[in-house]
Amino acid sequence: MGMTMTQKILAAHAGLDKVEAGQFIEAKLDMVLGNDITGPPAIKEFEKMGAERVFDRDKIALVPDHFTPNKDIKSAQQCKFMREFAHEQEVTNYFEVGEMGIEHALLPEKGLVVAGDVVIGADSHTCTYGALGAFSTGVGSTDMAAGMATGEAWFKVPAAIKFNLVGKPSEWVSGKDIILHIIGKIGVDGALYKSMEFVGEGIAHLGMDDRFTIANMAIEAGAKNGIFPVDELTIEYMKDHSNREYKIYEADEDAIYDEEYTINLSDVRPTVAFPHIPENTRTIDEAGDIEIHQVVIGSCTNGRLDDLRAAAKVLKGRKVKKGIRTIIFPATQKIYLQAIEEGLIKTFIEAGAVVSTPTCGPCLGGHMGILAEGERCVSTTNRNFVGRMGHSKSEVYLASPAVAAASAIAGKIYNPEKLEEVE
Amino acid sequence: MKVRGNVFKYGDNVDTDVIIPARYLSTADPEELKKHCMEDIDKDFAKKVRPGDIIVGQKNFGCGSSREHAPIAIKGSGISCVIAESFARIFYRNSFNIGLPIIESEAASKGIDAGDEVEVDFATGTITNITKGETYKGQPYPDFIQKIIQSQGLVNYVQSKVQEG
Ligand code: SF4
Repeated sequence: MGMTMTQKILAAHAGLDKVEAGQFIEAKLDMVLGNDITGPPAIKEFEKMGAERVFDRDKIALVPDHFTPNKDIKSAQQCKFMREFAHEQEVTNYFEVGEMGIEHALLPEKGLVVAGDVVIGADSHTCTYGALGAFSTGVGSTDMAAGMATGEAWFKVPAAIKFNLVGKPSEWVSGKDIILHIIGKIGVDGALYKSMEFVGEGIAHLGMDDRFTIANMAIEAGAKNGIFPVDELTIEYMKDHSNREYKIYEADEDAIYDEEYTINLSDVRPTVAFPHIPENTRTIDEAGDIEIHQVVIGSCTNGRLDDLRAAAKVLKGRKVKKGIRTIIFPATQKIYLQAIEEGLIKTFIEAGAVVSTPTCGPCLGGHMGILAEGERCVSTTNRNFVGRMGHSKSEVYLASPAVAAASAIAGKIYNPEKLEEVE
Repeated sequence: MKVRGNVFKYGDNVDTDVIIPARYLSTADPEELKKHCMEDIDKDFAKKVRPGDIIVGQKNFGCGSSREHAPIAIKGSGISCVIAESFARIFYRNSFNIGLPIIESEAASKGIDAGDEVEVDFATGTITNITKGETYKGQPYPDFIQKIIQSQGLVNYVQSKVQEG
């Protein structure tokens, strides 16, 4: 009986030849992540554990990204607490405002995660790094504390669902549409506890940024992790960003999957998740006329360079509809700078959008774009729960950067394939 | 390690908001939280529960927000174990980490009724329904998970590891 890709990575980190679904293991960690919300309680637990030093100062990442630049006194206090801990423990990967970005875009970019790693983060979207062929998953603050103290975490080895991606997506279909399509199909608990293992020739048509987007939203299907095989593109990405050694794991031929799906990418349409749950998806053709007030483009899901390029392609030479607040937030400083160099930021500003410094800000209703009662927003983020971006009677529609940008121009949820028709 | 008690039975998708409503989250003190545990679906729970009692749920127990307050409230109530067909994954982790034993068993979840007296043996994963004279198989815990439970949670477990050096 063979192992899945995830199972192989976990077995290697637990010092075992073989693991199977349901087994409990203790595994060595290559990186432990926390942010300004989850880090401070974890640090308190760390102290309660009687730990004096972190297990390895190079293998901890502390990223103040959620409420930064500090939005109020409480967040300033939290950041200060984490900053002081980072300095005292000489944590190598503490990123202050100015070098920080949204954690799940920042870690791969800084080369802190490579294929074959096991990573935990006290943030549910830690699953993003599966795009690089690593095992990464979100945990609670107590887990993070234990990880910082011991360099280990316990896991229940997940079963897996295989997604065989075939075909080539059409021009305006991106990673976001693919993952929304899948979540619409299997539901928010469709992959509960499990790994979503993506395979198939269709992956060759997906850039790294699309793969990050897909792995990022595995948690929205209840999954423990999402993971992609390592191909030439992954290797090129890791060579460009990291000097760490990576290790490629492949699923066995006779690996066991609970379920298998084939997704033909050429059939996937631009897709939107309606309020208030990510599985409530409709294709753009079924979206109807939904008038909106705000558009948000960015986040750990869609704030990378390819996402900004897609938005700029739509916005170039056009204007956002008068009255539609369009907020664009590049995920990291590096992405921001590249966007300036490529002229994307100029395009955004000329189109009437505003560009924010990297922050989680609006994604979790923190700051920089909170919604009032009755307002509707098309957002490239990953959650559209009640009150996620502000008032409990506001609405969030999840979409790709291209759909979001087209919606900003039209003032309603709009198909980027039909831009010529906007009056 | 074994526990034994009477059963409170609930349905599918018991979420963390029901286990401990957000309006009570200004504290993480188990003594405070236990007063409001389950009150939105079972307002007598806090009055009726006795130390050692067991909760049996069905599918996706503990779904919703990742608040550690939910298992803390259940544990604070004196519940010795939660049995369910399946758990939401962050609740699952948080429970062990704060020292609340939980065990997955579809057969037990289906076979046990409210009020049954049940015994759980964590070393073998055996769940015995004393009232009905039935046994169900859950998954036994490996040593370290038993140790986490015996240490009353991950903080103490790691503390002892840290001290061993
Ligand atoms: S961008 Fe949103 S989903 Fe991503 S880490 Fe920040 S708050 Fe969480």
